[in-house]
Amino acid sequence: MPTMPEPTSTSVVVTPDQRPNSWGFGDGQEIPWEYAPAPEARDIVTLKERYGLFINGRSVPATGGGTFVSIDPSTELPLATVAKATDVDVDKAVRAARRAQRRSWGQLSGRERAKYLFRISRILQERSREFAVLESMDSGKPIKESRDVDVPLAANHFWYYAGWADKLDYAFPGRVAKPLGVAAQIIPWNFPLLMLAWKIAPALAAGNTVVLKPASTTPLSALLFADVVQQADLPPGTVNIVTGPGEIGMHLATHPDVDKVAFTGSTEIGKKIGRGVAGSNKALTLELGGKAANVVFDDAPLDQAVEGIVNGIYFNQGEVCCAGSRLLVQESIADTLVDKLKDRLSTIRVGDPLDKNTDVGAINSKAQLEKITELVASGVAEGADLYQPACDLPERGYFFRPTLFTNVAQSHRIAREEIFGPVLSVLTFRTPDEAVEKANNTRYGLSAGVWTDKGSRILEMVSRLQAGVVWANTFNKFDPTSPFGGYKESGFGREGGMHGLHAYVRLEDR
Amino acid sequence: MATGRPSHGRASRNGAFGNGVGPRISVRKTYKLYIGGAFPRSESGRSYLVSGADGAPLANAVRSSRKDVRDAVRAAHGAFPGWAAKTAMNRGQVLYRVAELMEGRRDQFVAEVATAEKLRDARAAEVVDRAIDRWVWYAGWADKITQVLGSSNPVAAPYFNFTIPEPTGIVGIVAPETSSLLGLVSRLAPPLVAGNTVVLLASESRPLPAITLTEVLATSDVPGGVVNVLTGRKKELVPVLAGHVDVDALDVWGVPDDLRVETEQLAADDIKRVSRRPAGVSDARFDWLDDRASERPEWIAVFLEMKTVWHPIGV
Repeated sequence: MPTMPEPTSTSVVVTPDQRPNSWGFGDGQEIPWEYAPAPEARDIVTLKERYGLFINGRSVPATGGGTFVSIDPSTELPLATVAKATDVDVDKAVRAARRAQRRSWGQLSGRERAKYLFRISRILQERSREFAVLESMDSGKPIKESRDVDVPLAANHFWYYAGWADKLDYAFPGRVAKPLGVAAQIIPWNFPLLMLAWKIAPALAAGNTVVLKPASTTPLSALLFADVVQQADLPPGTVNIVTGPGEIGMHLATHPDVDKVAFTGSTEIGKKIGRGVAGSNKALTLELGGKAANVVFDDAPLDQAVEGIVNGIYFNQGEVCCAGSRLLVQESIADTLVDKLKDRLSTIRVGDPLDKNTDVGAINSKAQLEKITELVASGVAEGADLYQPACDLPERGYFFRPTLFTNVAQSHRIAREEIFGPVLSVLTFRTPDEAVEKANNTRYGLSAGVWTDKGSRILEMVSRLQAGVVWANTFNKFDPTSPFGGYKESGFGREGGMHGLHAYVRLEDR
Repeated sequence: MATGRPSHGRASRNGAFGNGVGPRISVRKTYKLYIGGAFPRSESGRSYLVSGADGAPLANAVRSSRKDVRDAVRAAHGAFPGWAAKTAMNRGQVLYRVAELMEGRRDQFVAEVATAEKLRDARAAEVVDRAIDRWVWYAGWADKITQVLGSSNPVAAPYFNFTIPEPTGIVGIVAPETSSLLGLVSRLAPPLVAGNTVVLLASESRPLPAITLTEVLATSDVPGGVVNVLTGRKKELVPVLAGHVDVDALDVWGVPDDLRVETEQLAADDIKRVSRRPAGVSDARFDWLDDRASERPEWIAVFLEMKTVWHPIGV
């Protein structure tokens, strides 16, 4: 056997046990230094004291004058008072939308609709920082995310569908695409502006008018968007926004003069909406919950995989329907990968959403924080091993430590239920067949991830994973040209891409 | 009289008892179910009398039970992986062969459709010819639908991104009530060509052509379990089909109006994909001979799931 050459005096070899503790990465040690605060200025946002409903191009108070308060989840302090719509207001909004569909928006040529949508995209770009700051204040998500992901993607979404408005003939060869009419759109609180864009852009491009109901904890970016609609001079009634509790969402979805219902939210509410519109001939698309498997094989590029896993589950506090909440790791590398993950978790910064260094912001609401806490407690009670990095949480506000469970069984609630929080469940597998079996062992089918250096294995896994989006050697990537939506109980219909247009048209013979 | 028209023993009125004097006694067909490639009767042992459009009794059809629905779903479930995994071209050839075999039994279908739907023979022949041609039209889509509905998506980052359709899974079809063969074929072919397997509930009042079609399927190259056909009472069977959690999608074309809300509510309980008659279209008056109206790639697309795949580009 050849012997290793002795190190010469000129080369310095640093072995792991000689590395200084203070490096803070790669060695499982705590970060020895503090970051100085890097707060994003809030003064770019001028909050109104009161926000009205946006109906027929005007801001109006709710019938009866009801209001509710939207709070900043990172401080628990009120941000603004918002009109609480009643069924009467929803009826007015639908009437306004119908009128605009018949008389103004629905009469425009695709070419003119396109220019309006390009205008909206441009205004979103121009006012992007204002939207990003407001979004982080109202939802609790980190500013670097709202600034770099939510707002630019929302603007891009309007841009993409703007170009389709006058090219529908090319999207549906051999068919004539007609608008459905009035679309009722109900969106969640995890990506308030982005979900608004996903809903409104394709609907308007195809010639529909909309009544949008934002989530009751995150109404402000939608109401600021109403300002954009006015700036862009859209015909009154083309876009209507009604804020309030879930009940008015159900009233909107089941309104007899609504032709199309698009809902993003939990599978439970999705089923209720499905029952509500049963037998009515309304077109329906649902984008519901998920419990995505992120499958890591032993030949995966591990450091990239660690970044992808972290992005997959801790992005947006894990409040993502397509979050990679189940890590399926091949048994032979499980210990190594989990060590690396724990190490990486120690560098995640949890705190003020408006701080530019923050990785994980505030949980969106008290109710959601309680739900996460309850499910994490169930994980402990059912026998999984809990790991949370030592990090200080702000004294006020709804915060939750990035959490990792090992020793998780498929039967555990944390492996079956959508937690919608920064909680990762780690399971292991030995063979590709076992990985597929476990990955698909869920009622959901929104997304999945696969990490391996072997191309043929990627394609095999891609074809066997029952999910509407499969990220291979990456995770949680979004783009307006890329269709998004679920298999199984994660819903039906697609948003994004040409396929997203299909949800808003009726196809007729040429 | 055309061959294959169901005969109800009028031939014996001369009092002949097989002594070679009177006309021959015909051998009647027993109409059974088609589940997993076999022809069982209902486990319930029930049947119901089917009459022609002129009111004359034709035959006893099986009155399927809740258990028969479950058995059919299980068969469809077992056949799905194999059918979905066939190459698109192979699936197209298998379905084209159904047309070939129907052509060989054309006269039998003409007679049966004429009786069931009270059509003159010339009109029934037109209906059967169109049903055969419809298989050909849809079979040809097998290896094209992915190219027409799939896409490569130009995302604004260094990723290769594409979208491909995949079959949804098990499709429950409530076949049109009025058009016993052509309507049925027009609803059956689209989910099949997409790679789904099917549990089909035949027209309640006109079930016999559906069963004869299963005899074609059984001798074609369509694997057992890919198509399963039940006959019986819609009121009894539709809710079972709509509520079955292993049924992934539902074609409600032939669901009677008074069952429609309940059916779609049951389908919503596990987020089934639902394919409906377009608003304002009536089952009884729909013109299945109109190719433009009844040959639609959208009817395939509703039973497909779009899968989008991302991969980074880099060295």
